[in-house]
Amino acid sequence: MSTSERIAFTLKVNGTDYPVDVEQGRNLLSVIRSEIGLTGTKEGCDDCECGACMVLLDGQPVNSCSYLAVQAQGRAITTVEGVIDGDEMHPLQRNILEEGGVQCGFCTPGMILSAHALLARNSSPSEEEVRIGLSGNLCRCTGYAKIVAAVQRTATELHA
Amino acid sequence: MSFTIARTVDEALAALTAGATPIAGGTDLVVGARHGKAALPANLVAIDRLDELKAVVETKEGVSIGALVSHHAIETHPLLASAYCALADGSALVGSPATRHVGTLGGNIMNASPAMDTGAPLTVMGAEVELRSTRGNRRMPIEQLWTGPGRTSAEPGELCVAIHLPKPGPKANSAYVRLEYRRAMEIAVVGAAAFVALADDGTIAALRVGLTAVAPTILTCNLVEQIGRPVAAAAEHAAQMAMEQCTPISDVRASVGYRRHTVGVMARRAVEAAARRAAGEKIAIPVNRAVGIGAAS
Repeated sequence: MSTSERIAFTLKVNGTDYPVDVEQGRNLLSVIRSEIGLTGTKEGCDDCECGACMVLLDGQPVNSCSYLAVQAQGRAITTVEGVIDGDEMHPLQRNILEEGGVQCGFCTPGMILSAHALLARNSSPSEEEVRIGLSGNLCRCTGYAKIVAAVQRTATELHA
Repeated sequence: MSFTIARTVDEALAALTAGATPIAGGTDLVVGARHGKAALPANLVAIDRLDELKAVVETKEGVSIGALVSHHAIETHPLLASAYCALADGSALVGSPATRHVGTLGGNIMNASPAMDTGAPLTVMGAEVELRSTRGNRRMPIEQLWTGPGRTSAEPGELCVAIHLPKPGPKANSAYVRLEYRRAMEIAVVGAAAFVALADDGTIAALRVGLTAVAPTILTCNLVEQIGRPVAAAAEHAAQMAMEQCTPISDVRASVGYRRHTVGVMARRAVEAAARRAAGEKIAIPVNRAVGIGAAS
């Protein structure tokens, strides 16, 4: 792939328009991190396996390592920086902390975005549905139980 | 080098005629480029915004599924997940929620992997694929689309626009099961789909079996000789047939011998599950868990 030819376009990330000028073959992950400077989104496997790079595209989860940045123009991109509400943590963030679902923290942004998308389409998921919703996100520390509990606790809170 | 976003199918066809490669979800194209399988094409036309190719339409003959319908839309579609179960089973097993949201049915079949999870479901249900170019439309049985691993009979300039499935008919349904080593982000080690129609006495009225990842393309058999036989005997026959007909390869996921043995197991379970559905039993999508594949969480 020739990566030398550049292309200028705008990406809307967390409600803000960012003009970028990057190679046509650049993935969305590297543009979000290196051009826009939002480093909450992580590069793990860089191969569509681990989910550390998860972002939302018009509300749907996408592996940003394997999505062309140029193809995301005109869509609303949400990163972990965008789920926070002012100075308040999103309930998912707070509950993952409180349940002990964070150890090294590398998978956490991707987990939060997958869980965010899941709760948007299913407000009271069963444990099995949470596990399916998070099935594209690997965590090598926690054993998942506490992350799943945090998502279910968030669903209960949002219902109350 | 170019990148354009098509706003209409005609715009997409014009770009294809000029030599561009279509990109929908990009889940095969972009990952494949990074693996060095094939460089990212220099000229791309994004087709993911063509809403006219995202509809599932029930017709007199059956159902028409737009090429850009996502796996997520298929696995959650009430009609597809009840009457065309094998396809919903297959789409529900693809990748992860992220893969299933951006990955499309058209992309899956045009990528022409012998391990595709929607291929065997489509052949056993009698699918036709519709291709369009600036010269017009043509439809063909989907088996005629695949000519080898990663190869199709689509001509330059042709875009897959829809997949058409006939009505299953009374007391008929289907199932797709696959052998997997983990429950997500997995590719079929082997897989099997079955379409079963039952006679009033519960014997086989129609049986077709499709096999995944055991030949250069999806292998499909119409087992007409099983008509009138009990389901259990037909399932056993399907297992034997699968093991005899397959021509698997050894690769990083499995050996020839393991694939040959397990595709028989998958074929038997697919026939049994399809027959249970044909008899009216509701089995959750994907059927894999109900037939004992993959540990319970």
